[in-house]
Amino acid sequence: MTVLAIRGLNVSFATEGGDLHALRDVAFDVPARRIVGIVGESGCGKSTLINAILGLLADNGRITGGQIVFEGQDLTRADAAQMRALRGPRISTVFQDPMGALNPVLSVGRQMRNIQYRSSLGRAARDARSAEMLQKVRIPDPEAALSRYPHEFSGGMKQRIAIAMALMMEPALLIADEPTTALDATLEVATIELLRDLQDQIGCSVLFISHHLGVIAELCDDVVVMYAGEVVERGTVRQVFRTPRHPYTARLLECDPARQSGRTRHLPVIPGDLPDLRNRPGGCIFAARCDRRGEACAAPQTEREPAPGHRARCILAEAT
Amino acid sequence: MTPLLDVRDLQVAFRTGPMLARRDVLGVAGVSFRLHPGETFALVGESGSGKTTLARAINGLQPISAGSVHFDGQRIDRLGRAAMKPLRKVMSMMFQDPVGSLSPRMTVRDLVTEPFRIHGVRAELAAETTRLLALVGLNDSFADRFAHQLSGGQARRVGVARAIALNPRLVIADEPTAGLDVSVQGEVLNLLNDLRERLGLSMVIITHNLHVVHHVADRMAVMYLGRFVETGQTDAVFRAPAHPYTAALLSANPEPDPDKARERIALPAEVPSLLARPAGCEFHTRCPWAQARCRTEAPEMRPHGDRHLACHFPLAPGARPPERDIPT
Repeated sequence: MTVLAIRGLNVSFATEGGDLHALRDVAFDVPARRIVGIVGESGCGKSTLINAILGLLADNGRITGGQIVFEGQDLTRADAAQMRALRGPRISTVFQDPMGALNPVLSVGRQMRNIQYRSSLGRAARDARSAEMLQKVRIPDPEAALSRYPHEFSGGMKQRIAIAMALMMEPALLIADEPTTALDATLEVATIELLRDLQDQIGCSVLFISHHLGVIAELCDDVVVMYAGEVVERGTVRQVFRTPRHPYTARLLECDPARQSGRTRHLPVIPGDLPDLRNRPGGCIFAARCDRRGEACAAPQTEREPAPGHRARCILAEAT
Repeated sequence: MTPLLDVRDLQVAFRTGPMLARRDVLGVAGVSFRLHPGETFALVGESGSGKTTLARAINGLQPISAGSVHFDGQRIDRLGRAAMKPLRKVMSMMFQDPVGSLSPRMTVRDLVTEPFRIHGVRAELAAETTRLLALVGLNDSFADRFAHQLSGGQARRVGVARAIALNPRLVIADEPTAGLDVSVQGEVLNLLNDLRERLGLSMVIITHNLHVVHHVADRMAVMYLGRFVETGQTDAVFRAPAHPYTAALLSANPEPDPDKARERIALPAEVPSLLARPAGCEFHTRCPWAQARCRTEAPEMRPHGDRHLACHFPLAPGARPPERDIPT
């Protein structure tokens, strides 16, 4: 059962310098009860993708093709009221900065009660439900925490409260956009473990966006690698991280300082810059920076499937 | 050999609290270390551990409340603004946030030549711009751009160019790679290593990214609540952390390998507030191996084999200490 299926999604932004083709033919699935990671560097289209799913693209952006099918409904055709009904109860989000997600002038309990505005429960029952969620995210003394304000909590606790709020309505899909980036290493690990536990309890799917390869490897079941607005590789975490078939994925993994077990004075890098998205190259999107490019790379590349479920948009992924 | 930088028992206090109950909170609570010429020293610790405050105190940007700072044999912590200014030519600072630390109203050319103007150094500015941009791997076409027209990595390179413009002897870099993509982090670290060798720089690097430390620093110090808990050669500390907090930090590092067996040291509870420092060893509230003694008696920073350490029950390679013996 697939909760979210993205098919041939194209998104463009109208800019002064012409149309900026931010996403091209993006396709992947988020199956039920799976955690899917999206990894890619700045400018790869991660944020555009989330905004497209949530129906929150900027005014100059539009979906020029493809489908976003959530629980059988194509969101590219949904109107504003339909999207509003989905955001929150069915699709919820956690962002990088927990302070931005919490209202500084309302107590945590008030905010959590407000989220349950569609629920038929009474006030006391709603507060009990809020306290139960805070308990689940391991906030000490949850009843007392309800009457406190966001600034009274540490950064790690605020992020856990934001997670509790996002999961309170038991959504089918949680979109987590770099939720651990602002946290320290020990808190990052604790937050990942918490997310995994909660996902298991609630039985939702998670779309987890991060540029931290280690976090993706640890938390996710499947991974989607994006580069310059295209999905260049996808598969299970083990397939993609163990046997990357797209040169970009391979280089990205090499670059991670965590991969260098020995001490080195010279770390690997990927020379070159992102292509201009106003003027996309006709062929493989990574060709200009790829050290394994050949003549065939000047032509547009389709996804190859070197192993079941493992797909890479590269001619080298063809032969085994 | 005179150390280039000699910090002794440095403390930084902040005034806080309501009017009638003013009190001091120690952001840095007594820190000592030496930096020798050509050396790179890393300060590691979580948010709020006092890393940035310490760096600002060394550079005279933050008044200190006790202790001393010597630079090249000269005591500098009591100097006024005017006396400090010439020293800033030889000890420069790279601030956090690659783009935010550059003025949005200045071009790259203005930014990299600003140090010459501030310090009244006569130079052929056009030639200096070309020289500095070349040193950090940017071509001349960047000179007329503004900060918002640069990527994170390019902005960081401009920050490096500003820091090395006047041939300093010491560069203090606050989170040089934070917020950069992994492929760009490598570029910036390579650049720093390269410049250090070519220009004979000494560096203090502040970071919470342990991988950065591993690849660039000769020696490192781990900070917790404004104090050092462990200092030593980077290789030795990574190979066998002796302080439980260092061990927990190292074990918390997610690696991009789905099959890696992970032996995590989970830290219970949250970081204590600086307003209510725990008694005894300040790490005892979170330490998985705390004993009764840790709750009452504060450990001193003492030599321990090849490093310095503040812990009553240091970890030894291969041996597990007894489990925590006090309630959380």
